[in-house]
Parts: sequence; structure tokens; C-alpha cells
Amino acid sequence: MQVEKIRIEQLRKQFVKKNKMVEAFHSISLQIKDGEFVSIVGPSGCGKTTLLRVIAGLELPTSGTMHIQHHDSNQPLNAMVFQEHSIFPWMTVRENIAYGLTMRKVPPSIKKSIVDHYLLKINMVNFAESYPHQLSGGMKQRVSVARAFANDPEILLMDEPFTALDEQNRLLIQQELLKIWEENQKTVVFITHSIEEAILLSDRIIMMSAHPGTLIAEYEIPFPRPRKIEEIRSSTFYKNMFNEIWMQLKEEVEKSRSMEGMLPI
Amino acid sequence: MIASKVAPISERTSESTVNRNNDWYFRKPVSSKIKYGIPVSLILGWELVVSLSILDSRYLPAPSHIFQALLVAVSSGQLLADMQISLYRILTGFILGAAPGLVVGLLIGFIPFMRMFIQPILLAIRPIPKLALLPLLIIVMGIGEASKITLIMLGVFFPVAINSASGVLNLHQQYIDVARNYGASKYQFIKTVAIPGSLPTLCAGIKIGFADALLLIVAAEMIGANSGIGYRVWMAYSIFDMRMMFVSFIMMAGLGIASTMIIRFMEKRLIPWNK
Ligand SMILES: Nc1ncnc2c1ncn2[C@@H]1O[C@H](COP(=O)(O)OP(=O)(O)OP(=O)(O)O)[C@@H](O)[C@H]1O
Ligand SMILES: [Mg+2]
Repeated sequence: MQVEKIRIEQLRKQFVKKNKMVEAFHSISLQIKDGEFVSIVGPSGCGKTTLLRVIAGLELPTSGTMHIQHHDSNQPLNAMVFQEHSIFPWMTVRENIAYGLTMRKVPPSIKKSIVDHYLLKINMVNFAESYPHQLSGGMKQRVSVARAFANDPEILLMDEPFTALDEQNRLLIQQELLKIWEENQKTVVFITHSIEEAILLSDRIIMMSAHPGTLIAEYEIPFPRPRKIEEIRSSTFYKNMFNEIWMQLKEEVEKSRSMEGMLPI
Repeated sequence: MIASKVAPISERTSESTVNRNNDWYFRKPVSSKIKYGIPVSLILGWELVVSLSILDSRYLPAPSHIFQALLVAVSSGQLLADMQISLYRILTGFILGAAPGLVVGLLIGFIPFMRMFIQPILLAIRPIPKLALLPLLIIVMGIGEASKITLIMLGVFFPVAINSASGVLNLHQQYIDVARNYGASKYQFIKTVAIPGSLPTLCAGIKIGFADALLLIVAAEMIGANSGIGYRVWMAYSIFDMRMMFVSFIMMAGLGIASTMIIRFMEKRLIPWNK
């Protein structure tokens, strides 16, 4: 599994906002291997979402190059799990999960069996015909994750999918995600604010600097798979790792805070 | 094993929706004694005040007399005939206004060129109270059905057009991104995102349009008609028949309530995801 999936070189993205240039991120060079689970951490506003949107093709970079291997053109290249609630309120849970398949005109019988499979995985068989307003926040997020997996993309892009959840639900869903991912071994780029989540889930963590963001550090996470969240959390190695990452991230967060204070308002 | 752990989430959700704290302060449900008691005692008081001649029954007829007049109007078939003709005008005008309103609104919403072209015209004409156009319509079209139906058509067209346009234009960016990310074609985007996503706003426009139609029909029938509920009110005024006037009020209230109920029912069917 050493095949390169994503290669990014000197990528930069600027926005024009009220005739002023806002730099979202710059000088980002990065390689991600096929089947690798990479997390991105960094202070708020450092350009994580924008980077993910560029990788997803929803946004064009201002300069730099990006190559993504698309192995099988019958399979979608990527699917994104968005930061905010993004499941369609006018579709049932089943229709939401099936969205990508519907767009690709997958035959109904195959579609149904795929959706049933993921309904089971996310534990929501009884909610298949419910509308999102009848669901809890955690359930909506699970539907959003299932929609991405069900489309069977080569790359999964996840933007803080579990931030809105409480601790208990987050733990359960992380476990579910680990299980689903360990079966599929898709390439995943995962944004999170939680160092803990990043360590538990990823093969590698990438840290971005305060705004305007660029890469400043990388950490390999050597825990073997399949992983048990409880075991990892109680190990000394985990605690040391956590502290190391936190010390550096703290510096960036403080920088970004003091910068905010300096902004002329 | 995860299954059993996750189950409490769902239990908690359903519990919190069923037992939502409804009895806090102004959410407190009103007891049905008060809910029905107040209007009933108001009517009884009214009856009493008129029969004691504290209020002049020539101006304010007693509820019992209004009720008698109502029975007469029903049995003579006059009430039904008035309702029928007014409803015919409202519905014809409504359909003739809502359909092009929807088309124009969607054009504005989806095609930037159309937006540039039509929106300014629309925004310039909209503030004119449609009732002010009635004299012009009567001069151009005469006193017949055409002028009244056209008036209602105009009254319905604008709110429907403007709401369906803003329904499309105010679609949440997130939903558009999802459709793009999942490779929706233009046609698929319109069908699966744009139309359902703008339906609630569109329905609000239709409701406003219908309320305006009720208002306009009464005014139009007062000025240039010899049938309909508006005409009946004016007639009552001309011959100073207050009972007939109050019967007409009841008719209008009934029409308003019935139409609200029908629209609400259709809305629930059309937008099942709107709680
Ligand atoms: N469409 C846009 N137009 C103009 N500026 C934008 C746009 N999108 C993002 N930005 C700016 O780019 C920078 C990075 O934003 P981005 O959303 O990528 O940050 P983030 O790291 O995802 O933050 P958070 O952790 O809070 O989600 C911010 O300064 C933001 O104001
Ligand atoms: Mg973000």
C-alpha cells in the first residue's frame, strides 16, 4: 500500500474579499499514500476547510499543483463529509444515504442493498424512513458519514464530522468509523480539532500553522490495527504523543489568538 | 455490541420530542374552558346587550337575528350562489396568477440573465397596491369577469414569483456543494435540491397570494359586480340591511378558515419534512 494517491506541491489559495486578498493557506506540499488515514489539525481559521475543498474539487487553487490518482473511473473519486449539517432535510435517511448512488444511476436493487448495509453499520435501520428533523445531532452526523461511504469513493474527505457531538456519542461513532474504515481501507483526509481523535484514528497527523496556514509538523502514529480506542487511550505512548502534539498546537493557537487581537476592526 | 450501546440515543431523542417542555410560561396550554368559554360568553353578552336595548339593534343586530338571516340565506340558495361565484373568481385568478408567477420566479432564480432583466421590473411594480389598478382594469376590460379575475391574478402573481425566486436564490450553499461533490447533473440538481429546497419559501408565497386574493375579490366585487360576497356586503350597505351584512362577514370568515385549512393540509402533504 505504498502507492501515492494524492500529491500536492506548493499549493496556495487566496480569496478576494472586499477588494482585499485573504490568504487561506500557502506553500503546502504533501503526499498521501493510497489507503492512508491522514488527519489535519490546526487553529481555527488556518485554512483546513479550504484545503479540503480544494482537494475535493469544489474550489480551485490560486497556484501550485495537485495530482490525484483516479484508479477506477467507474468509481467516484472523492466524497466529502461536511463540517456543518449537510444532509438534505427533504430526504429520508434512506434517500440521503443513497444520494451519491442515485446521482450515479445505480440500479435500485443494488442501491437498496448498499443502503441497507450502511443502515445496519450506523445502527439506524429503524430510522430508514425518518426525516432528519426527527433525528438527534449524532444520528444526522452518522447519516452524513454513511452517505459518503455508500458512494464508495476512492478518497474520503471529512471536515470535523464529530465536533458537534457529546463525548459519549463521539466515542461510539469513532469506534464505528474505525470499524468501517478498517474494512475498506480507503484513503481518508480527516480534519479535526481534537488531538485525541486524530491520534486514535490516523496513520499520520499533519499540523497547520496559524492563519495564513501552512504545514509545520507531521507525526506518524504507529499503533497497530485494528485499534481499540480504550487500549490506546490508556497507553503511556499515547499520553506522550498527545502532550508533544498539544505543546506545539498550543503555540499556534496562541499565535492565532494574538493575531485576532491585532486585527483592526 | 455497539448496537446496544447506541440505542439510548434514539430513546432520548424521542422522549425529548414527546415530552417537550410545553408548560413553561407563555407555552402553557390554555384550558379548553377558557378557549371556548370566552367566545361563547361574548356572543351571549352581545345578545343580552342588544335585547336590553343598550345597543341599537338597527346598527348591531342580535346574534339570534343574524343566525335567522343566515338560515334564510342558506335555504334560499343565495349564500351558496354568492360563494360559488366568488370562489370561481378567486380560483381562476389564483391559478392564472400562480402558474406564471412560479415560472417567472424560477427563471429569475436559475438564470442570471433573467434575474438581471426581470427582477428590476418586478421590484418596481410590486409596491403598487394591486387594488389601485382596479379602475384601470375596469376601463380597459369593462365591468365583467375579466377585470376581477385579472386583478386577483396580479395580486397572486407577485408574491408567488418573488418567493419562488428567493427560495431558489437562498438555497443553503452547503446543499449546493453536496450536490456538486456527489456529481449531480444540472437536471438532477434542480430535481433533488433546488426544487425541494425552495418549496417551503414557495408555499409561504402561495399563502400570501391566497390571502391577498380574498382581500382583492371582496374589494373588486364591491365596486363592479352584481354577485359575490363583496357585492353582498355593498348591497347590504346600500339598503341598510345589517343582518345581511353580518351574514356576509360570517361567510368571509368561513371562506378564510376553510382555505387556510386546505392550504395547510396540502402543505403537509407536499412538504412532509417540515415539522
Ligand atoms: N469563500 C471565502 N471567501 C473569502 N474568504 C474565505 C472564504 N472561505 C474561507 N475564507 C477565509 O480563509 C481562511 C481559512 O478558512 P477555513 O474555513 O479554511 O478555516 P478552517 O481552518 O477550516 O477554520 P475552522 O477550524 O474554524 O473550521 C479564513 O480566514 C476565512 O476567513
Ligand atoms: Mg473549517
